[in-house]
Amino acid sequence: MSAKTLYDKLWDDHVVHTEEDGSALIYIDRQLIHEVTSPQAFESLRLAGRAPWRTERNLAVADHNVPTTDRSAGIADPVSRLQVETLDKNCAEFGITEFGMTDLRQGIVHVVGPEQGATLPGMTVVCGDSHTSTHGASGALAFGIGTSEVEHALATQCLIQKKSKNFLIKVNGQASAGVTAKDIVLAIIGEIGTAGGNGYAIEFAGSAITDLSMEGRMTVCNMAIEAGARAGLIAVDDVTIDYYRDRPYSPKGEHWFMAERMWQKLHSDLDAIFDKVVEIDATIIKPQVTWGTSPEMVVPIDAEVPNPVDEFDAVKQQSMRNALDYMGLQAGQAITDIQIDKVFIGSCTNSRIEDMRAAAVMVEGKKIAANIKLALVVPGSGLVKQQAEQEGLDKIFISAGFEWREPGCSMCLAMNADKLTAGERCASTSNRNFEGRQGYGGRTHLVSPAMAAAAAIAGHFVDIRDWR
Amino acid sequence: MQAFKKITATVAPLDRANVDTDAIIPKQFLKSIRRAGFGPYLFDEWRYQDVGEPEMDCTNRPLNKDFVLNNPDYKGAEILLTRENFGCGSSREHAPWALEDYGFRAIIAPSFADIFYNNCFKNGLLPIVLPAEVVDGLFKEVTAGYQLTIDLEAQTIITPKGKVIGFEVDESRKYRLYNGLDDIALSLLQADKIKAYEAERAKRAPWLFA
Repeated sequence: MSAKTLYDKLWDDHVVHTEEDGSALIYIDRQLIHEVTSPQAFESLRLAGRAPWRTERNLAVADHNVPTTDRSAGIADPVSRLQVETLDKNCAEFGITEFGMTDLRQGIVHVVGPEQGATLPGMTVVCGDSHTSTHGASGALAFGIGTSEVEHALATQCLIQKKSKNFLIKVNGQASAGVTAKDIVLAIIGEIGTAGGNGYAIEFAGSAITDLSMEGRMTVCNMAIEAGARAGLIAVDDVTIDYYRDRPYSPKGEHWFMAERMWQKLHSDLDAIFDKVVEIDATIIKPQVTWGTSPEMVVPIDAEVPNPVDEFDAVKQQSMRNALDYMGLQAGQAITDIQIDKVFIGSCTNSRIEDMRAAAVMVEGKKIAANIKLALVVPGSGLVKQQAEQEGLDKIFISAGFEWREPGCSMCLAMNADKLTAGERCASTSNRNFEGRQGYGGRTHLVSPAMAAAAAIAGHFVDIRDWR
Repeated sequence: MQAFKKITATVAPLDRANVDTDAIIPKQFLKSIRRAGFGPYLFDEWRYQDVGEPEMDCTNRPLNKDFVLNNPDYKGAEILLTRENFGCGSSREHAPWALEDYGFRAIIAPSFADIFYNNCFKNGLLPIVLPAEVVDGLFKEVTAGYQLTIDLEAQTIITPKGKVIGFEVDESRKYRLYNGLDDIALSLLQADKIKAYEAERAKRAPWLFA
């Protein structure tokens, strides 16, 4: 038998049927459902008179529209409220487990899945959300799908897929102090570009990756989609297995030991062949800050805003000019001179307990700068929030002038009330700096939680490696 | 789903790379629980000068005259010509829904984001990948009322000068799009294979069937 990559193994393990042109029917072990991309799928299912193939393999939670303030009064925006109520109604009708808005387990779908052990190593995991790539951190094949595929997975427990190519990104060496999983993945995107992973499943490997906690690995795989890859993957090791021990949906008893044995094989064979390999030296990665309107428009904290005239490709040069114009920045401006208005710590990229701790360390005993209009901390789930409160992190944030909120997607995409107004500039731990993403005319700079927290205190970006 | 066979239609040139799904259909419109009606909000932030809201009547909104879809030269366009990595970002199928609802039937670009590309085929939209230099050539040719003929069966694009450009598409995707077939009904024809897979998998990974 020929050597296989981790992706090959996961793919082969889930093929139900292959067509002559190579497209295959792939079995789906877990579907996560949220309110935004599911209503039309349920509606079509209903119109066609179909039932879910395996109801219990679906798990739903509302996250995009939910308010992060007091929930006792429900959702003020009637359109958002209808969407969340529609999810409640659909889950009740079809018998799908849903963590409701006031359930302690509610949170961002990509935080909730691993936290509950609902997404596990070796699974195929789908969700009508591109950041489903997050779950690949556990050695699962996880990818985002559209609403038609949500319906398809509900009705058949399968999806029609074409196999992607294999891409290995090896991050060698040890990252310096102050350089986090977020900085590593932003540096990768800066290197390969937002289309660099189109058509590939990316496996992240190397000592700088295996040194990361599960939370950090999730941050890296979360942003695989920002490099164009639907799926990001990291091999299973002891860190993975320890993480899943005793989670509510994890296998129990004899099944746990069987699973553990199977999961230990979830790594690429030593002589496996990848279609593309990129090696990155972790030791030279610095804290990263995006300056433009695409995640690939990223530079180290000690750099300056780049100049479009230095770009030879005409299309890229024009994109850079558009981005500078939208972001209200000048070429040559030092990144550390960029003043910010708002700070957002949260999102499926960076709202886990480790992110909360990293941000809290930076703000303890300090106050946010006078120019900061709003500094938000939005934990990824009710359980993350509870854990952080047990550690006293909420008090650290609140006394520094941050707002400590209820879990949800919040200002990552501003579908709820948390948003930027036109021209406002935000240091954000989220994943997309697209035009209008955090609110119409809003300007987003993507950074790590520690960098966002430090920027809130200083009022502008600072190099956390030499800032106290 | 509307079948795609052969069209001859006006081309609208959108000369930008990395057009993301937030630009194609901004997030506030994703609150809708319906599948139709997104066309008026397609490229909302580029198309209008004010901030769009769900359910808004767009007939009297101030237009951004510089935006290609507001240029009378490209009125009634059914083919969108654009640059690399079109449709990057979120998995929202609202993006192809909005393009389709507006009236687009095909999109030509040097590359597409994977999820978007896949979503197009579920909605009667044909995404066509052509080499960057060929796309560049088309951008140079496009003028008012410029039309292309796209023939899915022959996998060809014919320019007004009669030049024939071939393109690739997977056989199974082509078959489904050409015939406007429902994926689910076709997949359910494999129900026995799905059940057999489950029986075999339950032995290997019983915790997934507990």
